[in-house]
Amino acid sequence: MGLKALDYESLNENVKKVQYAVRGELYLRASELQKEGKKIIFTNVGNPHALGQKPLSFPRQVVALCQAPFLLDDPNVGMLFPADAIAKAKHYLTMTSGGLGAYSDSRGIPGVRKEVAEFIERRDGYPSDPELIFLTDGASKGVMQILNCIIRGEGDGVLVPVPQYPLYSATISLFGGSLVPYYLEEGANWGLDVNDLHQSVAQARSKGITVRAMVIINPGNPTGQCLSEANLREILRFCFQENLVLLGDEVYQQNIYQDERPFISARKVLMDMGPPLSNEVQLVSFHTVSKGYWGECGQRGGYFEMTNIPPRTVDEIYKISSISLSPNVPAQIFMGLMVNPPKPGDISYDQFVRESKGILESLRRRARIMTDGFNSCRNVVCNFTEGAMYSFPQIRLPRKAIEAAKKAGKVPDVFYCLKLLEATGISTVPGSGFGQKEGVFHLRTTILPAEEDMPAIMASFKKFNDEFMEQYEDYRSYSRM
Amino acid sequence: MRRLVIGRTRDLLNRSHQNYRHSQHSLFLSSSRFLSSAPVIDSPSSSSSPPMSPPVTLNSINPKVVKCEYAVRGEIVTLAQKLQEEIQAKPGSQPFEEILYCNIGNPQSLGQQPITFFREVLALCDHPAILDKSETQGLFSADAIERAWQILDQIPGRATGAYSHSQGIKGLRDTIAAGIEARDGFPSNPDDIFLTDGASPAVHMMMQLLIRSEKDGILCPIPQYPLYSASIALHGGTLVPYYLDEATGWGLEISELKKQLGTARSKGIAVRALVVINPGNPTGQVLAEENQREIVEFCKDEGLVLLADEVYQENVYVPEKKFHSFKKVSRSMGYGEKDIHLVSFQSVSKGYYGECGKRGGYMEVTGFGADVREQMYKVASVNLCSNISGQILASLVMSPPKVGDESYESYCAERDGILLSLSRRAKMLEDAFNNLEGVTCNKAEGAMYLFPRIHLPEKAIRAAEEVKTAPDAFYCRRLLNATGIVVVPGSGFGQVPGTWHFRCTILPQEDKIPAVIDRLTDFHKSFMDEYRD
Repeated sequence: MGLKALDYESLNENVKKVQYAVRGELYLRASELQKEGKKIIFTNVGNPHALGQKPLSFPRQVVALCQAPFLLDDPNVGMLFPADAIAKAKHYLTMTSGGLGAYSDSRGIPGVRKEVAEFIERRDGYPSDPELIFLTDGASKGVMQILNCIIRGEGDGVLVPVPQYPLYSATISLFGGSLVPYYLEEGANWGLDVNDLHQSVAQARSKGITVRAMVIINPGNPTGQCLSEANLREILRFCFQENLVLLGDEVYQQNIYQDERPFISARKVLMDMGPPLSNEVQLVSFHTVSKGYWGECGQRGGYFEMTNIPPRTVDEIYKISSISLSPNVPAQIFMGLMVNPPKPGDISYDQFVRESKGILESLRRRARIMTDGFNSCRNVVCNFTEGAMYSFPQIRLPRKAIEAAKKAGKVPDVFYCLKLLEATGISTVPGSGFGQKEGVFHLRTTILPAEEDMPAIMASFKKFNDEFMEQYEDYRSYSRM
Repeated sequence: MRRLVIGRTRDLLNRSHQNYRHSQHSLFLSSSRFLSSAPVIDSPSSSSSPPMSPPVTLNSINPKVVKCEYAVRGEIVTLAQKLQEEIQAKPGSQPFEEILYCNIGNPQSLGQQPITFFREVLALCDHPAILDKSETQGLFSADAIERAWQILDQIPGRATGAYSHSQGIKGLRDTIAAGIEARDGFPSNPDDIFLTDGASPAVHMMMQLLIRSEKDGILCPIPQYPLYSASIALHGGTLVPYYLDEATGWGLEISELKKQLGTARSKGIAVRALVVINPGNPTGQVLAEENQREIVEFCKDEGLVLLADEVYQENVYVPEKKFHSFKKVSRSMGYGEKDIHLVSFQSVSKGYYGECGKRGGYMEVTGFGADVREQMYKVASVNLCSNISGQILASLVMSPPKVGDESYESYCAERDGILLSLSRRAKMLEDAFNNLEGVTCNKAEGAMYLFPRIHLPEKAIRAAEEVKTAPDAFYCRRLLNATGIVVVPGSGFGQVPGTWHFRCTILPQEDKIPAVIDRLTDFHKSFMDEYRD
């Protein structure tokens, strides 16, 4: 018999092309070492609870009550759950069409979508339509759904920042489209230059690619930069001129560690700019319960909001959502709770604020500790983590190290990261997983390890790095930016 | 101490959604101010030509998206929702009091209660902080508490809010593998299991792997659950239909499989897989073991991947049939990993647990090389992992309470109550349909649906054509408008051309069934009076 249906050779080529380094080679090697008994510090993925961050109490109380509604009838329930959690559980159960176990509307529970719309309105100062908000099993599924609509074939290009979170490159590969890179400027704090955008688009078009969409990640992943309002205006104007739909990945909007550039949503800026842009630029904005100070990655809860998307297209997107029937209901409740947290006067308010503040302030401190720690290392330069959850230091690898990597059959930053892993147990993601300028190397780590562990981790890194540099350094040359 | 959902809580769940107003404060939502040290300068516009038509319009989105259809939540459901809104706004405006959704296998939306033990464990895993408290002993059964501890110990850091391994938490996969082994009598490898947000994403993953272009074909039963047709369209492949035989209780004939395979191949289609839904959806038949052996042999001989949708494995209502997994059948034929590619799908949405909203499920993948498995893992990893609560539930479904456990008896009572009731409702509705003029209905041996055939009079067919509607959709719309009952036209599932069906679930609560039957019967009679030839 010839090739069988699921032999490697006969797999969908697009699948084979996909790369997703966040759980790629380094992670797999780290998992192997962990099985062998080595202590591993996983900093490869933005997964706060895995590194000791505690879930917020209030949402867990509410969802537990929704899981087991019989508790609500028990006279003793008040001994374990505060009254406002009990009230909230009833509030959300009423919104469902039969509790947590029933498929909801394919776009998500209408009442929750309304709460999301109200949150967006409070945040931005402009009304938002719940009918244009779709809840999804995590923001990633939403991104994939929208890209699936946009990409018709390899002739369709999507502008993606480099470095980027590799969900975008992986999804574009999977759907057979073309990734059109635009480079963020490391020397300018990972800033975005509109001229570079124009150049990227022109280059793509000269290859016969129809550029259809532009992705921005704000705050950035892995780069952490927070876009200024001016930058957002430039981007929106660019999308207007070039006829691109803007995909605004804003999942880290609650993770801001400096005060000069607070988060502003792309939608707000778009509305501020007024007509014709505010009526014409197509925008899809993404958010999640996985990041911020919630960190509820395992729930798989997210949403996307559509702006200026024609009704018939919205219908098609709805149709695709309906094939998956509905997003998971517990996560929808998490989403409702996130956009509608306890208010002053609520029984749980003080504890909620204490827990939230604790997490955010610690993240801010850790962002600083890590940046400074990396900058104190030989041949390492690190931009400050303005937002999100990552640090993305540049490692200036000496020529000898690059040669050694080649000999070992490894990309230079993979080589470095593997050695780092073996020496220290710190599991990172090599910069090549995110894209970077030719000849420039980075790694991505999260700022999530517990604050008390940070000094030891940074010391361990510094020891490894400085010894590595000494081993491979040749006073006459090192890799240059 | 366990409680069944009672009283106020049930009212809560039955109440339709209300608007809930909140006051406008929140601490951590930044107000809409922005500080920009740089002046806001408008960049000079590059070209002055007005934008072309915006990028994401109907004629410029991915045509595969436009092409695919999913009738279960299609046109008729949209109509039903509008009617529901009208009833809410103006009670008494319709000839019926409520919309009854019989279009979708969504048991808990129609009053089916969840299994208490499962919900106890899930609640404790959601909020482990209470496990240490003494009050918890008074509110939860001891074995639920113990099971929650066990599960949490399998989760690194007991962090149910963390992304897990992309195939799902290892300990839970161990439990599921053990459950599969207990069910089948053949070993199961936890590394063959991929936990997913429901069975549907797993089906999509397989279609993605298998379909390279429209030259790749997937054999699908007609009638079929339209996830398959939609997924194949979305991935740009070709659906190769094989017809189930209504006259023999929706029998699956190997001769039909061979014929369709041959026809497809002669058209240059590389047929890659065979989808079998057992028990069937919408048709409800449970395959005989002999039939299953023929199917396995067929796939092995033709090099096809067997995609076994077994989500209704716990829904069997006839004593003369039993569910046998395709894995068990293959292994008992002596066929192992080298002989047959097999993917088995299971879900937490059906059975007696009916936990649709949780989005839990898995596929067990056997007979693939390591290189292909790597690709599957890679695709799974892009989405990081499936929701943890759904993973936990999948493990509970595959290892429910056992004899001797504190919850065992009440668990059995709940389970059997639901299954026996489903069985009765299947029979009641089957008989009712068979009593309608010009309607024949095969028995629902399993699953959750009836798929009656309506022999529509010529007059009705012409009336449908006049309003440019498929005759079965015409009938279903009239049924909805007259009775509020929502069913899905047979064309949504595929049927032999010139025959008309609709799919109706058996899920309305038992006490509602007589009223449903009455309304249906009255409607049908007046419909036939109107259109009888």
